[in-house]
Parts: sequence; C-alpha cells; structure tokens
Amino acid sequence: MSRYASGMRAWIFQRLSAIYLLFFFPAMLWHFLTDAPVSHAALKSWIAEPLTGLFILLGLFSLLLHAWIGIRDILIDYIKPFGLRLSLLTLTAVGLMASGLWGLQIVLLTNI
Amino acid sequence: MASSTQRPVNLNLLKIRLPIAGVMSIMHRISGFFLALLTPVIIYWLDIALSGETGFIETQAMLQSFAGKVALFVVIWALMHHILAGIRYLLLDIDVGIEKPYYRQTAWAVVIAAPLIAVALLGGLL
Repeated sequence: MSRYASGMRAWIFQRLSAIYLLFFFPAMLWHFLTDAPVSHAALKSWIAEPLTGLFILLGLFSLLLHAWIGIRDILIDYIKPFGLRLSLLTLTAVGLMASGLWGLQIVLLTNI
Repeated sequence: MASSTQRPVNLNLLKIRLPIAGVMSIMHRISGFFLALLTPVIIYWLDIALSGETGFIETQAMLQSFAGKVALFVVIWALMHHILAGIRYLLLDIDVGIEKPYYRQTAWAVVIAAPLIAVALLGGLL
C-alpha cells in the first residue's frame, strides 16, 4: 500500500513539475535568445527583479524534483546490484541538493 | 522452467527494430538524464557570468564561439526533444493521441521537430 502511494505520489509530482517546467524553460530560452542581457549589470538587475527571482527559484525547485524522480526511475530500472544502486542514488541526491543550494545562493545573493 | 532459459535472446542493438515510439521514448530518457547532469554546469556558468564584468564577457564569448554554438545546439535539441516528448506523454495520460495512427505519427513528429526547432532558434537568433 505504501509502495503504491509513493509510486503514485512520484507519478503526480513528475507531472506537476513537468507542467511548470513546460512554461519555465521555453520562457527562459526565449528571453536569452531574443533579449539576452548585454552586460554583467543588465544580467544582475534582471535576476534582482523579484518576479524573475521567484520564477527562477520555482523553476529550480521543480527541476530538482523532476530530475530526482527521473534519475531514480532510470537507476532502479538499469542498476540491479543493491550497493551500486544505493551509491548512485545517494550521489544523485547529494549532487541535486548541492546544485539547489548553489542556485538558491546565487539568486539570493543577487537579490541582496 | 528449463524452457525459460532456452528462449532465444537477441539483444544485438543493430538488429533490434525498435518502433519509432520506442526510439522516441529512449531518447526521452537519454535527454532527461543528460539535462539533469547539465544542471550544475548551467548553474556554474550563471555563477561565473554574475561574478563580474570579466566573467560575463568570458561566458558570452564561450557561448558565441563555434564550439559554444555546437554545444548549445545539442543542449537545445535535448531540451526540445524532452519537452515535446513530455507534452506527448501528458496528452497520452488524458487519452489524447493514444489511437493507432496517431501515437506513431506524434512520435515521428517529436523526433523530427526537436532538432529542427533547435536549428531554427539558433540560426535565426544568434
């Protein structure tokens, strides 16, 4: 029962985060391809806008959640030895959390 | 039980004829894995671009070099494939396009459109 619930929850989270990212990445891509910041100051003031910061942080959170569920599924499908699977899952979790903290730090420091 | 170990096994990747939806699906996984690995790389470049004017110019020069554009093409291709295949899966979840000709046609559309969109975005705007 709890396995079913966790699988179901992951399934729903994967789709909810996908829907946010579906707007986030095209918007980011479009911004950088059509209206790319021309200088360091321009990039900084763009990220320092509260709405941009919020948009990026929500995107970062969705991305980490989405990547975690996706990589977890891939590792469970292809890596059978338990120790190796656990090591790779741990490495993934640590790497994603570190990326998240790094991104959070960048956005927060730029907004100070 | 004995017969189950004697079933013919053919895992030669050059001989397996995966249907197009299968090709699209494995590409969805590969692109997703690749994009996940790229996350810290993109944060790293953002950090450098934000570190100061020198870092910004360095990042800009890297992205505008030939190697940078090739890398950008691969990244945008992967992103577009993952997004388009993802939209297809979300639609399949609500039973859109699940019937016979459509699931094949949409799989083809995803595989073909993703690199074309990447070329169009980079070609027209860089």
